[in-house]
Amino acid sequence: MAISFDRALGIHPQALEFRAQRAEVLANNLANADTPGFKARDVDFASVMKQQEGVQDTEGQQKLSRTHQQHVSGFIDETADTELLYRVPSQPSVDGNTVDSQREITEFTQNKIAFESSFTFLNSKFKGLSTAIKGQ
Amino acid sequence: MSLNNVFSIAGSGMSAQSIRLNATSSNIANAETVSSSIDETYRARYPVFAHALNEAQQEGSLFDDQPKEVGQGVRVLGVVESQQELEARYDPNHPMADEDGYVFYPNVNVVEQMADMISASRSFQTNVDVLNTAKTMMQKVLTLGQ
Repeated sequence: MAISFDRALGIHPQALEFRAQRAEVLANNLANADTPGFKARDVDFASVMKQQEGVQDTEGQQKLSRTHQQHVSGFIDETADTELLYRVPSQPSVDGNTVDSQREITEFTQNKIAFESSFTFLNSKFKGLSTAIKGQ
Repeated sequence: MSLNNVFSIAGSGMSAQSIRLNATSSNIANAETVSSSIDETYRARYPVFAHALNEAQQEGSLFDDQPKEVGQGVRVLGVVESQQELEARYDPNHPMADEDGYVFYPNVNVVEQMADMISASRSFQTNVDVLNTAKTMMQKVLTLGQ
């Protein structure tokens, strides 16, 4: 029974990567809060997860099989197509800018917390591995 | 790692807002700069912001299929002068008055400039916050496995 880092760490490295990339998109929205005609964008986590349904690993097997429709589906494959979507404006301005600073800051903070949760999970995975190696 | 891009994006935002603050302070400082001809009178200046696009998207990104789609912050295209009409005041005793007795005042609206200044400073703060958050996130990553 060989230890595979891919399997040991689970979904968390990809989740961390996703959060870092989303931080970039949201930072870009905030930097362009005063740019005429700029349309705010975001990545939808749910759609990223949905696209991963049916993603197969290198042995051609399903990474996770779901026995109940409310189970969390497969692993994130970072090579899959992810669409950058446009945000639906709540209060569009005359110059065509759709950035709502308050909303973007909220999303950014939320993204940061999610990043830290993923980090905590990943860290505890490493701690578990190191406990297993030391055997203590 | 894309967190590095957050630094440059927030940095571009801060630099754009400081250019805007610069233009605003220049406008307010020159709000009462009079002149005797229309052509020489100071006109309110405004920076024009544009979305900066990434020329070559990094490989291995989530958004590979759409190169040039994720922005690289904001850039300043240039500074334009307001084409609003200047204010001509009849003041024949003024040393700068022209032969008809008119003095020309800049088209700077001080109230508008103050609002612009507050908006620029708020946007600047937002970008600083984003930078700080990205910094904490990166420092956290460095402690992985400790």
